Amino acid sequence: MSAKPTQSGPLLEIRGLVIEATSYPPGEPPKNVTLVHGVDVTLQKGKVLGLIGESGAGKSTIGLSSMSYGRGGVRLTGGEILLNGREIRTASPGQLRKIRGKEVTYVSQSAAASFNPSKRLMDQVIETCLSHKIMSKSEAEARAVTLFRKLGLPSPETIGNRYPHQVSGGQLQRVMTAMALCPKPDLVVFDEPTTALDVTTQIDVLAAIKEAIRDTGVAALYITHDLAVVAQVADEIMVLRHGRKVELGTTDQIINRPAEDYTRALVSVRSIDHAEKPEAAPLLKIENVTARYSGTTFDVLKNISIELPPGQTLAVVGESGSGKSTLARAITGLLPPSKGRITFDGRPLSSAFPGRSRDDLRQIQMIYQMADTAMNPRQTVGTIIGRPLEFYFGLRGVARDKRVQELLDQIEMGKGFIDRYPAELSGGQKQRVCIARALAAKPKLIICDEVTSALDPLVADGILKLLLELQAETQMAYLFITHDLATVRAIADKIAVMYKGEVRRYGQKSDVLAPPFDDYTDLLLSSVPEMELGWLEAVLEHRRQTGIGAGAGN
Amino acid sequence: MHPILKLLVQRIALGLLLLLAVSAVIFLGVEALPGDTAQAILGQSATPQALENLRAQMGLDQPALTRYFSWLGGVMTGDLGKALTNGVDIAQAIGQRLGNTLFLAGCAAAIAVPLALILGAVAARYAGRWPDKVISAVTLTTISLPEFVAAYFVIYLLTIVFPVFQPVAIVFPGMSFWAKLQAVALPVIVLVMVVLAHMMRMTRAAILNVMQSAYIETAELKGLSPMTIIWKHAFPNAIAPVISVVAINLAYLVVGVVVVEVVFSYNALGQYLVDHVTKRDLPVVQAVGLIFATVYIGLNIIADVTAIIANPRLRHPK
Repeated sequence: MSAKPTQSGPLLEIRGLVIEATSYPPGEPPKNVTLVHGVDVTLQKGKVLGLIGESGAGKSTIGLSSMSYGRGGVRLTGGEILLNGREIRTASPGQLRKIRGKEVTYVSQSAAASFNPSKRLMDQVIETCLSHKIMSKSEAEARAVTLFRKLGLPSPETIGNRYPHQVSGGQLQRVMTAMALCPKPDLVVFDEPTTALDVTTQIDVLAAIKEAIRDTGVAALYITHDLAVVAQVADEIMVLRHGRKVELGTTDQIINRPAEDYTRALVSVRSIDHAEKPEAAPLLKIENVTARYSGTTFDVLKNISIELPPGQTLAVVGESGSGKSTLARAITGLLPPSKGRITFDGRPLSSAFPGRSRDDLRQIQMIYQMADTAMNPRQTVGTIIGRPLEFYFGLRGVARDKRVQELLDQIEMGKGFIDRYPAELSGGQKQRVCIARALAAKPKLIICDEVTSALDPLVADGILKLLLELQAETQMAYLFITHDLATVRAIADKIAVMYKGEVRRYGQKSDVLAPPFDDYTDLLLSSVPEMELGWLEAVLEHRRQTGIGAGAGN
Repeated sequence: MHPILKLLVQRIALGLLLLLAVSAVIFLGVEALPGDTAQAILGQSATPQALENLRAQMGLDQPALTRYFSWLGGVMTGDLGKALTNGVDIAQAIGQRLGNTLFLAGCAAAIAVPLALILGAVAARYAGRWPDKVISAVTLTTISLPEFVAAYFVIYLLTIVFPVFQPVAIVFPGMSFWAKLQAVALPVIVLVMVVLAHMMRMTRAAILNVMQSAYIETAELKGLSPMTIIWKHAFPNAIAPVISVVAINLAYLVVGVVVVEVVFSYNALGQYLVDHVTKRDLPVVQAVGLIFATVYIGLNIIADVTAIIANPRLRHPK
């Protein structure tokens, strides 16, 4: 290993960092926007600093600045970035190439997209060790295998021979961590490394990352929007908002004694208190529904029976691949079930949507996870919300515009949005427009498919509150598909826990969330990070004793 | 069976089926022309009796289907029939010329394909900057020139201004490999100029497309050099669209270069075909048409299969 400048100061010291980008608003000349306004960061050797904030807070941008890297045309325009005592903000590309991958490495949110699909994992993991001449090929491979084992990957000796598509998402995230640690860096930037994973997988990856950080003594910047997650790994936490520092403190201080209002809001997020409604005669009744996709040989839904009374919320929870969204497709008639019956409002529904009347279609509306792709980018908000008004009620002209404005008022967006395009709206506003579009049909049931998953916690909270208010006003029922148990606690009356196409647990919220649990529900519930120090260790210790969750996530 | 092997068998079977269909189309096309071979031999002033005799002698009085299958049977066994104009065995006449065609196309491809890939990668590396603009401008200029203009320009430059080559590309059996190479130098240069731009631009576009991927950012954050990133991380994932364009251009080098052959008096398949089309020598036209179709279909099968093999998801299933 070539000598690095030795000094006694901090490993990373960022002073007065200013980061700018050029934005291209539609119909206007390009303009300069400042993403980060003079932020200071100090990180000592071997310490972990959590950077937390909502999207647009500048946390990834600041994290990448420790590698003097601006993603997508972002420019580091001011301040000092000292790594191992050396200024790197103004360093030449050639000098930066010597630092990147050697002194600082990076773990991204989506390992699946961050691995080259046409190269074997081992070649990618040891690439920096060879290109920076840190160690020989055989040493690097041996180190990689050691790291694979430490990170709990199955068959550590041979997993490196695989290609990225042959390994699961949770495993890839661990391989990427091994790739970051392999060249023995001083600093690793973890950019939302567990956000894209299922909650049951997240806990294992989180534990593996924490252990690897501890054992290798590497320093880390841990970027996330989830305070409960960062509380498990960080020594200190910096809260960011709109590219400015809100608060910096020890993990204990931030989660137990936050000084700023914004931090308090983050800590107490999901404060919605929703009283469970009593059981009642069902609006939607699903009986023994089994379904499979054409051309496949296994059932993605197995004998599902659930009920949803009018004006109530049934939360369907489960991991990716558990069949939650397929259930929505079966109810809407996009995927006709091979067996079973769906009854709506006392009448049987035709299994495929072409067999349903326009009024049947109107009664069941959907809201999707990605509001972006659920709207035509070339239509205005007025056209988007007006379309169901024309289609179902024949409203036109002034009457239609009046109703659109009423709906916009209902979703608390007010005037001035009717002529805007989706690209001019924020993520939360887009989702509100999608809600208004569903509302326009005056449905009795809205299927919400992960509607808050792509949103920041505070914005998501606003959407959930809006949905609950609308339910109280209009007595709509919600079938709420989500993987987020905090959301479920906040809004559900009834809960169905799905696993591998089956309903594992079903009933009133108070019953489902009360022990005794079946093994899967226990695993799912206990995997949700809680905002307290030492939660991760406590859960893992509990699992070691009870044997629950062995091999989960692989 | 390994999925790749299965795909390979499928593609080849499909290719053979396609070739059979093409042979029928060629036969029908020639059949649809007014007059027939007997008429062509005896001319407009032939008596009906003479025509009938000749037709009977050549088997032309048989139904079309019978004649098609007897022609097809001949093709299968390597018998392409005899040329009408001089009675020479077609297979023999083609053999020599096909060799010359493949030699010229091979030489041009051996230079043009690697050059296009390298220039495409360089253009992608410096996208929007001057090396990119120079490469684009030069290759676009060469592709925009008609082949004969390019050919005369090259002849003027390299035989008159700088007399390093001879202006005609005459090859004959028994010539040494190096002498042959020297003889075809000028047509090769012209062909490279003609096919370079298309392949280069596809390489550039495909690489730039891949450069948007998250794994390229990973490579940048590993501190790899820009050219390493392009060759090791971008190019292997950009190869599929490039291969199909390369195949089209290779096919063109075999079947579409008659103008260049004529300009340089190069004795190859294109000239042979044109000669016999003007003389209405239908058996020759049929035979050469079938060979060109085989080249096209064959190259496209190879391109398909290569693109499939280049995809690790198919090469290494879960």
